[in-house]
Amino acid sequence: MVTVKDVEHIAKLARLEFSEEEKQKFTHQLNRILEYVEKLNQLDTATVEPLSHVIDLQNRMRDDVVRPGLTAEEALMNAPAKTDKFFKVPKTVKGEEGG
Amino acid sequence: MSQHRPYEPVIGLEVHAQLLTRSKAFCSCSTEFGNDPNSNVCPVCLGLPGVLPVLNARVVEFVIRMGLATHCTIARKSVFARKNYFYPDLPKGYQISQYEDPICTDGFVEIELEDGSKKNIGITRIHMEEDAGKSIHDLDVDTLVDVNRCGVPLIEIVSKPDLRSPHEAYQYLSAMKQIVTYLGICDGNMEEGSLRCDANVSVRPVGSVTLGTKTELKNLNSFRFVEKALQYEINRQIALLESGGQVVQETLLWNPDQGVAIPMRSKEEAHDYRYFPEPDLVPVLVPEEQIESVRKTLPEFPMARRDRYIAEYSLPKYDADILTESRDLAEYFEATVRALKRRNPETAKMASNWTMTDVLRVVRERHIEIRDFPIQPERLAGMIDLIADGTISSKIAKDLFEEMLASGDHPGIIVKAKGLVQVSDEGAIERAVAEVLEKNPEQVLKYKSGKHQVFGYFVGETMKIMKGKANPKLVNDILKKKLES
Ligand SMILES: [Zn+2]
Repeated sequence: MVTVKDVEHIAKLARLEFSEEEKQKFTHQLNRILEYVEKLNQLDTATVEPLSHVIDLQNRMRDDVVRPGLTAEEALMNAPAKTDKFFKVPKTVKGEEGG
Repeated sequence: MSQHRPYEPVIGLEVHAQLLTRSKAFCSCSTEFGNDPNSNVCPVCLGLPGVLPVLNARVVEFVIRMGLATHCTIARKSVFARKNYFYPDLPKGYQISQYEDPICTDGFVEIELEDGSKKNIGITRIHMEEDAGKSIHDLDVDTLVDVNRCGVPLIEIVSKPDLRSPHEAYQYLSAMKQIVTYLGICDGNMEEGSLRCDANVSVRPVGSVTLGTKTELKNLNSFRFVEKALQYEINRQIALLESGGQVVQETLLWNPDQGVAIPMRSKEEAHDYRYFPEPDLVPVLVPEEQIESVRKTLPEFPMARRDRYIAEYSLPKYDADILTESRDLAEYFEATVRALKRRNPETAKMASNWTMTDVLRVVRERHIEIRDFPIQPERLAGMIDLIADGTISSKIAKDLFEEMLASGDHPGIIVKAKGLVQVSDEGAIERAVAEVLEKNPEQVLKYKSGKHQVFGYFVGETMKIMKGKANPKLVNDILKKKLES
């Protein structure tokens, strides 16, 4: 069961803000989706390999060769805030990164 | 009460190594370091909508090398996953990594303990992932972001909690550095961030088999303070437990300037990365033939090489340790030994001495790499041959070495051109010795009254007359004979 608390948690992770009304609505919708998917549990999948990709392709790779990309000017062209060389974002505290 | 029961630390390390590929992991941008900000970028690593990543084949080759070098099982099929978190230096909002199906699992690395014994440290997994960009906090009121490093390939090597002291952790990290540099997959430079280290630390009463609550210690990014930071955290946890408190599971950031570990602002969701298989990258299949062909390219590893130097060349362990520290140095030394005309423990030791002292000194003074050292191993061997067959003295060899550095000429040519050939003509040496003794009657009396330390003075004076070219052994013998007659 998805609760309003779960929705708030996921919203926070996704940096989204919802009204109380929206939270109720999404809680209901998410539960409906999970109920629907739950149907799959009626099947015996013990001998089926988990599927991570729907297309049957493997090992699509490129050689380790450098090709020109964009210039800094092009890269920064659509940035909402920038200096002449950097993207500019609101101050973040050092050491908060994940990874 | 158990307050006097000693505690033991339990440490596991997560090491990130930046791979020495030319292009990034999933796009063709350059990985070159030090370019203008945001100049090694393209729509893929900028995380623009509608782009598709394509895996760099060399990343797979490099991680297989690392896996084989650390005795891991290489997965025949492995899958990439998205690790989701928001941070400005991660434009896509997720990092491409591996989660459930890493490419390498269950290996080990051998380290050496302080008493000289060896210990295997387990490796849980090694996986491929991409680096994030760089946030700069102190150039502007806002945070500035450079995406150049974004998408540069990394491998993460996760150890088992097998380390029992900060020193063992240091040894493990040194072994990691040695392996990645021997393999040529990473430059191993911690200070520049090519090798990074986080630690999981807990303590427990000695004899206990359960694990205590662990903390994660981040930012151990220099060999200089890895041990210090770990010791700090171990002491903190023990003090906490002994005063009746409890360790809280949290992430701490080591601050090298203040010498303390500061808790990162705790966020429960910080570790909620909601991994899921990366739909844009197909699974990586590694056939047995590929594993075998990579295995054939593996170099001989430091510890094996060191043991061989001791067995084959009768070198002291001290020499063997230094010579095998880097692959380039080891290969320089071996090429020198191979080129020797007379190969025996004595000449091998000479090759070792010259490599460890003179070659390394010049390399350090000039800030160059061994491979750029101007005297080729064959030339150094030629010089050692000249010492070994008595053509020149070790003292003259020092000058010859400098000449070779300057001109790059063959030692035999320099010796002839500069007249450096050692004089082994007994008659000439006897005449010089006689002259020295005649000129210094007081010193001779001193010697005869038992003050044997003046002997060195006679040697020096004789050498002066012989312009440093006399065979030192003959000088010693003749002096002794004359003084004691
Ligand atoms: Zn790119």
